[in-house]
Amino acid sequence: MSHDTQIKKEPSNLSSKQFRTDSPLIDQIPGRKRQILRESPESELKMEEFLLNVGPQHPSTHGVLRLVVALEGEVIKRCDPDLGYLHRTFEKISESRSYQQIVPFTDRMDYLGSMNANWGVAVAVEKLAKIEVPERAEYLRVIVSELNRIASHLMWMGAFGADIGAVTAFLYGFRERELILDMFEEICGSRLTYGYIRVGGVAEDITPKFDKLVREFLDILPAKLEDYHNLITGNPIFLERTRGVGAITLEEAISYGVTGPMLKACGMPWDLRKEEPYSVYPKFDFDIPVYYNGDCFDRFRVRMDEMVESAKIVIQALDGLPEGDYKVKKLARNIKPPVGDVYVRQEAPRGEYGVYMESDGSTKPNRVKYRTPSFSNLSILPLMTVGWKIADLVAILGSVDIVLGDVDR
Amino acid sequence: MGVVNDDMFPKIEKFPGGEIIITSLDKFFTWGTKNSLWPLGFGLACCAIEMMATLMSKFDLSRFGAEVMRASPRQADLMIVAGTVTEKMAPRVKQLYDQMPEPKYVIAMGSCAIGGGPFYYDSYTVVKGVDQIIPVDVYLPGCPPRPETLIDGILQLQKKIEKEGVLRKKPTTVDEA
Repeated sequence: MSHDTQIKKEPSNLSSKQFRTDSPLIDQIPGRKRQILRESPESELKMEEFLLNVGPQHPSTHGVLRLVVALEGEVIKRCDPDLGYLHRTFEKISESRSYQQIVPFTDRMDYLGSMNANWGVAVAVEKLAKIEVPERAEYLRVIVSELNRIASHLMWMGAFGADIGAVTAFLYGFRERELILDMFEEICGSRLTYGYIRVGGVAEDITPKFDKLVREFLDILPAKLEDYHNLITGNPIFLERTRGVGAITLEEAISYGVTGPMLKACGMPWDLRKEEPYSVYPKFDFDIPVYYNGDCFDRFRVRMDEMVESAKIVIQALDGLPEGDYKVKKLARNIKPPVGDVYVRQEAPRGEYGVYMESDGSTKPNRVKYRTPSFSNLSILPLMTVGWKIADLVAILGSVDIVLGDVDR
Repeated sequence: MGVVNDDMFPKIEKFPGGEIIITSLDKFFTWGTKNSLWPLGFGLACCAIEMMATLMSKFDLSRFGAEVMRASPRQADLMIVAGTVTEKMAPRVKQLYDQMPEPKYVIAMGSCAIGGGPFYYDSYTVVKGVDQIIPVDVYLPGCPPRPETLIDGILQLQKKIEKEGVLRKKPTTVDEA
């Protein structure tokens, strides 16, 4: 990662800024500051550490994450995540399946961004076995993965709203997400675990109905986003609970390997679709949203703006969709790639998603390693939560956007 | 829409402003329980997303009275095991089940909860079915099951509750004293 990427001090002129609410509150509320813990407990009042267990069954841990929180009064002194409650051994399973059979398992790994998870593995196998993918398939992959990014961020927006008390956002986020699921159902018949992007292309060609559904959805999306901004972004309670909360600096974010919207919220426009362009992304015109405070509110704004950018990519890809095959015509039933290894990294909804695959010339990979964004992003949680009150823990955890299948693998 | 069973209670007399109903306590409690199941808000993996989708406006589980997700097992009477149970999670699932008050019911949602699903082979952590640790009333196939499947599962469970009654139901918690 090039650390000396130019970091602009002022926000760039993004087209999605027009969706930001004009509420003056955004600048009036200065944002909260983290509390400084007393170094030496030598005061008259003796303070004892209070250990609080959160999870694994807790409505705000987004699955089965367990946190052991040490409190001093109301303030968090230490926060230790306890992982592994959803460890399903994806890497081990991948090593005992043929190359095509790995793809469906990645659906279950990052189950909110299944298309992106499929894609990384498909590209890794294609690079190992030197398979050329038709251009139409690349376009379709871009379309579905960007739609999935929108769906994932909508779901996140709802869950984050629900975490900090705005339950209405949950209903709204799911309502629009269902429209995207209808499209995916049309092309692959599944609502959550698609297996659509496969080695050598995609599973099925798109139908006219899919095209119609996508265009209808993209037509209504700006109005819906404006609704969300009016509902959430300008809400004083929301601002009070997110501005300044859980702020991290860019140096901290880079040293912990934080990627995706969390890094963009710290002021670094790092996106693999731009930095290391893959597939047909260089053909599309889109911006990388970037904000500079690194707090929960900026993470929220990055994700809201990313939806606009994804919509821009989808419509460009749909308009420029070339004719041709949607998959490689003749593909061996059991692929036997030559000996070698490959590392593929892509921009998933949560950040940098990497697949390392090593072939020993047989029909099964010798070693598979997944670098999942949720895991790296979660690793900074102990640092982010120290000094904040226990009530902020849920907001900070929610802003990370973890998927436990992605964390535990 | 909702589930209204008109033949449930025999009505003896109609008079202006209402009816007199005679029934047994068991029938009355059964009727109340089956139409207001309170599930434990407990998502394990991918199926939890479909469970949430079922609660949302498109599928709207509240039509069948089972939308009040409780965060505490003490207030819940239905456990929807939505997702993969791993060896590390299994003791917690058992504990949560034991903490639920009687009468209590379990829906195993998805292939993983039924029998390990795609992780049956080659996985060293996945429990091969949640019925190895707690008794299951309704099994819902699918990976993940569609929201319609979950709604059907709830309706099937309602039928089962109506059939076996609430007061006559034997306690299912195994005391490990």
